[in-house]
Amino acid sequence: MITAGIDMGSRSIKVILLEELKVDGAPQLKYGVKKAHIMMPGDLDQDVAADKAYDEALASAGLKREDVKAVFATGAGRKQVSFAAEGITEMTAGAKGANFMYPQGRTVVDVGAEEGRGMKTDAEGRAVDFAGNEKCAAGAGSFAEAMSRALQMSLKEFGDASLKSDKTIPMNAQCTVFAESEVVSLIHSATPKNDIAKAVLDAVASRVCAMVRRVGIEGEVVLIGGMVHNAGFVQSLKTAMGVDQISLPDMPEYISALGCAMIAAERQH
Amino acid sequence: MIANYGYKDGSGEYYISIDTDKCIGCAAERACLTACPKQMFEIITDDYDDEVAWIKKPNCRTLSYDCADCKPSGGYTSLPCMTACTPGAIKHSW
Repeated sequence: MITAGIDMGSRSIKVILLEELKVDGAPQLKYGVKKAHIMMPGDLDQDVAADKAYDEALASAGLKREDVKAVFATGAGRKQVSFAAEGITEMTAGAKGANFMYPQGRTVVDVGAEEGRGMKTDAEGRAVDFAGNEKCAAGAGSFAEAMSRALQMSLKEFGDASLKSDKTIPMNAQCTVFAESEVVSLIHSATPKNDIAKAVLDAVASRVCAMVRRVGIEGEVVLIGGMVHNAGFVQSLKTAMGVDQISLPDMPEYISALGCAMIAAERQH
Repeated sequence: MIANYGYKDGSGEYYISIDTDKCIGCAAERACLTACPKQMFEIITDDYDDEVAWIKKPNCRTLSYDCADCKPSGGYTSLPCMTACTPGAIKHSW
């Protein structure tokens, strides 16, 4: 059986086509084969973009729409996926996907472009406690992106630069707009770019950490979402949370789509 | 599940927590829906097919303003939503 999970993020659309492998006698279902995964930039016309991303994923797996038993959608724009049978919240999908990748993980931190959130999960991958920040982008990837633009660096350079600094410069501005002017002030006071990059990523990590602390840090910590690719942020988050290790999945931006496809498969039984 | 709706900004941390385990099969007959003067609560079917209350999306971004009238400065001694929710599922962080 093949199911699809579509994560309609604010910046990009992630599609996972999942094949359920039934092993006779096995106590649990296995999801061994990801038929396809594709990420496309989002579009203002979200329903058209969802159709396009889904069709491309099907084409790359050599499948047709009728081959897929169920399509579930998650993410901020999940209601725009007209062909999805059900919409799943980002918390439920993220918790499910993270638990599949790291069964021992009990604290899941999801930092995408628009929003960051912390979740506590049980052994079955159900979200038991969650907190997000529904108001501003200061604890999310778009904040880091805006600040890297102010420093005229790519996001990769930005993350790497932060790792070269050992200074702690507190950023007082809570808002992306005000923080940008604070970054400009730091540039004018000849603060090295590496130190500014670290200050920005420390600030994002501290905001994300505040959300995670609302739900409590317990067991193994798993970080999902696009910010996993930012090594500087991962280091800042470790420091802010006071943990030695954070588990980082291979395809971090696909974890919610994966969880969504798994829930779609479970609901077919 | 403890669902925290709200945000943290420069002025503070504004979250309304709903303990969905206490909210399922509400013993207060969904009194929160009428108790909130701003009608911020809504009943939804969550991802686990349970009927629970949540905070309407637009209100999640303006809690500090929306709830201000019900705080002590507005003349209340206890929050109407928390008082109405006899199972004790609703909590404010501020």
